[in-house]
Amino acid sequence: MIAYIIRRLFAAVGTLFVVSVITFGIFYLFPRLAGATPETLATRYVGRSATPETVKAVANALGFYDPVTVQYWHWAKGIVVGSDFNLGTGVEHCPAPCLGYSFISRTPVWPDLLDRFPVTFSLAIGAAVLWLVGGLAVGVLSALRRGTFFDRAAMTLALAGVSMPIFWTGLMALSFLSYRWGIFPGGGSYVPFTQNPARWAYALLLPWITLAFLFSAQYARLTRAGMLETMNEDYIRTARAKGLVERDVVVKHGLRAALTPILTIFGLDFGLLIGGAVLTENVFSLNGLGKYAVIGISDQDMPKIMGVTLLAAGFIVLSNLVVDLLYAAVDPRVRLQ
Amino acid sequence: MTTANTEPTAVPGTTEPRLGEELLKVTGLTKHFPIRKGVLQRQSGAVQAVDGLNFTVTRGETLSLVGESGCGKTTTGRLLTRLLEPTSGQIIFEGRDISHLSEGRMRPLRRDVQMIFQDPYGSLNPRHTVGKIVGAPFKLQHVKTEHGVKKAVQGLLELVGLSPEHYNRYPHEFSGGQRQRIGIARTLALRPKLIVADEPVSALDVSIQAQVVNLLEDLQDEFDLTYVMIAHDLSVVRHVSDRVAVMYLGKIVELADRKSLYEQPMHPYTVALLSAVPVPDTKRKTKQERIRLQGDVPSPINPPAACRFHTRCWKAQEICRTTEPPLLQLAPGHQAACHFPENQPQDKPVAPAPSSDTKPS
Amino acid sequence: MTFLEVKDLRVHFPTDDGLVKSVDGLSFSLERGKTLGIVGESGSGKSVTSLSIMGLHKVGTARISGEIYLDGEELVSASPAEVRALRGKRMAMIFQDPLSAMHPYYTVGNQIIEAYRVHNHVSKQVARKHAIEMLDRVGIPQPEKRVDAYPHQFSGGMRQRAMIAMALSCDPDLLIADEPTTALDVTVQAQILDLIRDLQREFNSAVIIITHDLGVVAELADDIQVMYAGRAVEYSSAEDIFDRPQHPYTWGLLGSMPRIDQERLERLIPIKGTPPSLINVPSGCAFHPRCNYARMNEGASETERPELLDTGDGHMVACHLTPAKRQHAWETDIKPKL
Repeated sequence: MIAYIIRRLFAAVGTLFVVSVITFGIFYLFPRLAGATPETLATRYVGRSATPETVKAVANALGFYDPVTVQYWHWAKGIVVGSDFNLGTGVEHCPAPCLGYSFISRTPVWPDLLDRFPVTFSLAIGAAVLWLVGGLAVGVLSALRRGTFFDRAAMTLALAGVSMPIFWTGLMALSFLSYRWGIFPGGGSYVPFTQNPARWAYALLLPWITLAFLFSAQYARLTRAGMLETMNEDYIRTARAKGLVERDVVVKHGLRAALTPILTIFGLDFGLLIGGAVLTENVFSLNGLGKYAVIGISDQDMPKIMGVTLLAAGFIVLSNLVVDLLYAAVDPRVRLQ
Repeated sequence: MTTANTEPTAVPGTTEPRLGEELLKVTGLTKHFPIRKGVLQRQSGAVQAVDGLNFTVTRGETLSLVGESGCGKTTTGRLLTRLLEPTSGQIIFEGRDISHLSEGRMRPLRRDVQMIFQDPYGSLNPRHTVGKIVGAPFKLQHVKTEHGVKKAVQGLLELVGLSPEHYNRYPHEFSGGQRQRIGIARTLALRPKLIVADEPVSALDVSIQAQVVNLLEDLQDEFDLTYVMIAHDLSVVRHVSDRVAVMYLGKIVELADRKSLYEQPMHPYTVALLSAVPVPDTKRKTKQERIRLQGDVPSPINPPAACRFHTRCWKAQEICRTTEPPLLQLAPGHQAACHFPENQPQDKPVAPAPSSDTKPS
Repeated sequence: MTFLEVKDLRVHFPTDDGLVKSVDGLSFSLERGKTLGIVGESGSGKSVTSLSIMGLHKVGTARISGEIYLDGEELVSASPAEVRALRGKRMAMIFQDPLSAMHPYYTVGNQIIEAYRVHNHVSKQVARKHAIEMLDRVGIPQPEKRVDAYPHQFSGGMRQRAMIAMALSCDPDLLIADEPTTALDVTVQAQILDLIRDLQREFNSAVIIITHDLGVVAELADDIQVMYAGRAVEYSSAEDIFDRPQHPYTWGLLGSMPRIDQERLERLIPIKGTPPSLINVPSGCAFHPRCNYARMNEGASETERPELLDTGDGHMVACHLTPAKRQHAWETDIKPKL
């Protein structure tokens, strides 16, 4: 078991390394393919008014003339131990993990990410609770009442939920439930949990519901399919033959087994979400990682985009790792391998 | 890999098969599956699935490999058809060592060595018609047929007791027995010399099983086929085999002519195995002396030392734990690997068997 | 009073292709301490019968009619809750494949504890002690250690022993074993058959053993019922079935089976054709299209369904052949070739 965990950890570190190389590769190559030179990149830091000499000096100080491998090395080293930047206004230290300096604000990216992460995480965790409860409940009931009116209605609604884009449902919810009827607060009213949990929840309720609606639809369908399969297993017949009441047969024997594959998908979905829920955050004006990424893109602020990308990738690798370990905890057959 | 090869392959129909001649010879056949453990996945041991088999198969005979799960009989079948590569040892087919032939060099030989599987449904592609399934070997081996593939396939279907009109149907439209017939038709397409049949009838109902057993026998008579039959049903084996090899934990413990094996089993394991089979006859229930083996077959990862059966054998003594009994010929056409064999003939001709075995006359 | 009595049981499944008549008019009875063997091929209705007795068919999928009396209590018309209270307690079942029949995520002990605690209000510790005793009783070595193992850590034979321990944990009066040894090796099969026989003597329970293997019923059963296409074609003591089988289908089964205790026959004598569809069961005697003797009955086999009738001394057979013709066919046609 310990060897299994260690192997998984090594694999996760390896994946992160590959992700960092690819991220760096893309963001190194693309501007240059679009015609950017070390000078134009340095200009983004020092402004257009700077003299060509200053620009060259800054580009040199930032290592823009170095070969790509050396640049990657500096960048990667910065993440691990931090690095020093000379933006033409003197040397500034960017502590580890240093993901670079923003072109626009000339501040390190990492503290920005730290600021915004709680918002995204709040959004994801609340929505996840809602969609797990809703999706599983609807899915189990649908499977048990297969072919009834409930099943058909729920599955039709689920199909609609999967098909409707979040910016549409989000905007509809906002315009009716909050602006027209005033049941929920409008966008941009986020309050940190640590300040006021009640207002935190109140502000996030509508984004949660919107996001959860999309995911519960998907999870209801998955749960239904999983339950239909497990309820046909031999061990379910054994459980009934023992004389268990139907509720125990369904929950302790059926759902327990049907949950395992859902766990995998949940881990991935959650990992993806805490790296930034781009659409939801923008619709509801939440200053999370997703919104940060959008700002970075519209400003062509390369270090910001790289930072968010790398962080999001890190979350996915991490959630994969957690899922693998959880799997071993849930299914005793995995432990022995 | 080029398919053009200069190997001398037998052209079907040019050489008359001679019965009684050695078709396949296996010496020291071994297959170990490595087990990896720990952070670095280092090899920590091996599943000794098959460990040093010696036997020959004579043209026109049926040799059965029997034993319980984990004895290595299925692995042996996969080695003979070279679906697996042996860890060591030799497989000589028609005088040619095929133990380590590459996939490409094996291809022309696939025509001569064919396999029938247990699950008639799992081995047929559900999206292909019967015509396509049975005709596939012609395409794969680029064999020209006289009146076209369709005629040849329809001929094969008739041969195995199906109707030529079944050509355009799909596997799911057939019953289990009919599916097994389809599988047999496909196997026969290229007129193989050796057929390895892995539990060919064990998934079938009793009444259908008899039909397929009879079919296999008829085909053997008609085309001088040689069968290596892998089976766990000792009653079926008694009916179909000329010779029987009993396997236990990757080794052959006894190899003998059918009659001799069933009437005078020598190895204690064979004796126990035969006495465990329930007989459809109430009168024998009380008469029969039963030997009940205790416990389960040990793991093939760490098989018992020396004689692998000693942990469950009622005759085991010190020597069985220290010295592995070789497979010796103890009576004409009867080999057993045991220090204290049962039913031994009075005169004790304990001559070491040749590296392979004796041929049945 | 008869302990278990099944009267005119019919189990039909409506499907898109038509009505599947899995069991179609089946009657038999069984006393405590006796073993009934139900023999038949796939689709004969033998497993469906056992699931009906246990009340394990899904609500809404099966149409069940007839009567099943367990110790005087009628089960077909009883409420699901009433049948559930009997399941596991008064009647228990073991299945063909013990690996898939046990939940992979729970330890063997937990599954036995669960079975015991459904019907007995005892603490977990008491139930655990009982589980260890049961494992010991069915011959599992080191039961106090193995109780915490998962099913996949057991060998096939040990798993089936554990299943038996679970089924017998509440000391049921009726044990139904559906192909209990089909998935097992022959030496393990012998162990399990011995175990079932010993436990039956000890608990004096009624046992129904369902199998396709005539050898298994010859070992265990007092009475044998041969089923074909949802009906019993022959029903008698085990001795009579093997010594004087009366139905052509039973002859067919005997002729199809190679024997381990005899030098080989020239050829096996298979039954011609294939088992019938249960949606379009052949008219009259369902076996007539595959029967070599059907034409001796002047068309009755095709039109009239033969009733299961007593031919004297309790040997029952459903066949239009006259006793004399049956006797003659068995003596001259069949017996010499077996």
